[in-house]
Amino acid sequence: MSAGAGGEPGRGRPSATDPPGRPQLAQAVGATRRFGELLAVDGVHLRVGAGEVVGLVGANGSGKTTLIRMLLGLLAPTRGQVRLFGEPPSRRTRGRLGYVPQSLGLYEDLTVAENLAFSTAAYGGSGAVLEGELAAVGDVLVRDLPLGLRRRAAFAIALAHGPDLLVLDEPTSGVDPLQRARLWDTIRASAEGGAGVLVTTHHLTEAEQCDRLVVLASGREVASGTLAEVVGDATAVEVRTPGWEAAFTALDRAGLPVSLVGRVLRVPGAEEATVGRALAAAAVPAELASVPASFEEAFVVLAGA
Amino acid sequence: MNRPTWGCEGLSVRYGPTVGCEDVTFEVAAGTVAAVVGGDGAGKTSLLRALAGTVRPAAGTVRRPDERRLGYVSAGPGVWTDLSVDENLRFAGRAYGLDAADLDRRIGELLERTGLAGARDRLAGRLSGGMRQKLALVMAVAHEPDLLILDEPTTGVDPVSRAELWRLLAASAAAGAAVVVATTYLDEAERAASVLVLDRGRSLLAGTPDELVAATPGLVVEGAARPEGVAAWRRGARWRGWSPDGQAPPGTGPATVDLEDAVIVAQLRQDERWAA
Repeated sequence: MSAGAGGEPGRGRPSATDPPGRPQLAQAVGATRRFGELLAVDGVHLRVGAGEVVGLVGANGSGKTTLIRMLLGLLAPTRGQVRLFGEPPSRRTRGRLGYVPQSLGLYEDLTVAENLAFSTAAYGGSGAVLEGELAAVGDVLVRDLPLGLRRRAAFAIALAHGPDLLVLDEPTSGVDPLQRARLWDTIRASAEGGAGVLVTTHHLTEAEQCDRLVVLASGREVASGTLAEVVGDATAVEVRTPGWEAAFTALDRAGLPVSLVGRVLRVPGAEEATVGRALAAAAVPAELASVPASFEEAFVVLAGA
Repeated sequence: MNRPTWGCEGLSVRYGPTVGCEDVTFEVAAGTVAAVVGGDGAGKTSLLRALAGTVRPAAGTVRRPDERRLGYVSAGPGVWTDLSVDENLRFAGRAYGLDAADLDRRIGELLERTGLAGARDRLAGRLSGGMRQKLALVMAVAHEPDLLILDEPTTGVDPVSRAELWRLLAASAAAGAAVVVATTYLDEAERAASVLVLDRGRSLLAGTPDELVAATPGLVVEGAARPEGVAAWRRGARWRGWSPDGQAPPGTGPATVDLEDAVIVAQLRQDERWAA
């Protein structure tokens, strides 16, 4: 295997879905990280191309954070490779990255403008200005801003040095739908401008904004592709009954992963016959139907598999 | 069947000059799950605290059961981090007046169901976020309350634990409790029998998820490019737009409206500051 520029190692997956000529900004090739006995990340392949929004989805402990830390160059893989802009992560590649952690990474006792100036200087730039509604709050301490604006400020600051790759940790957590829509507008606009975006999330509302998803469970990739491809042909059994309470109790007692949606019950990943037997045993009349699983249901099934 | 209904009418909560919520009316019937939705600062916590009786309303009335028949999980850890799982449960159970035999039975049952049985002697401060939220919920339901109030129980919790938390609170509703859950996520709210959407302290929308979707005024459109002449937002690589007069801009067609769209439209109508 050559260490030459941009050579795709032989262990990489066939990249049939890569549009030709699209530069790969971030790549994990069989990335593995062990902490003592714990195999936190186990042979994960991931790539983020220019103009792409990729969602990294996983439960707590799935290896998401470890993988991100390897991509950021904060942690070396035990095995496999991580490449940023075609080279190993380094100080140089760090300058082309924009990162917004869930905690936002802002100095709370500095103003928005001071945070921007500090960050810009750290990246060796100057003269960045706040735009739009952020211009009006430049002199406000970050700690006094509502969460929605704080998130916008963190985005603006992470974008100020024109990064080629954005890494965002649950970027719209805690904000209302309109603010979420505006944050996504900023994210997608960066992607349209040629940046690659890697988003970690476990919410459908964020996952459906991504072009492609990679689902991790116990350190391994368990699914990848578009949202529709990840959900695949996973199904749930829908249970309609005049008395949902009795049906819920019966299915819950039978150890089935039942959930309530309005007055309808859903049992993801179960066989209709199994659900039918549990209800019959409790003498609960119900109509059953097998329906496509939701993203979250598919995810829970994948994570438990 | 006449089931008790809890809630508030014309509720205002203030913290000095700051408005927590203003003129909010809300109800939740026994045996149902109601969701209170909104972003940071929308007034969810003020409403829930007033329902739980931990803050005094500046105006309006609150209808709630006796405090021993109430279970409340505030936002944040909600457990004593330097007590073990078992100690947390016993402490909470006694505070709600459960006798020792009842407490043993309920604790055993709930720990088993939530997968916390193996962590019984672990310090609550050493649990993962999802496990800690499950513990907080178990502490609030051990005495089988009539009204269960949960402030963002699933924030920061992964989907597997989130599904378990929702199963637990649905089980409480199945057993007859009225359940109120605050969340910032509409895909969660869609599971509730009724939804109250708060925005800047005021009620924005209220009804069942289907009612809110059906009542969306004008026309929500979708297309590959940004719709012209209307307020627009993105769904993945595609666009949505809202046409108040029901005319679809060129290159767009009617969208299948969901709760997220319904709330965005309501916010747009209220927030004229939205601009291209």
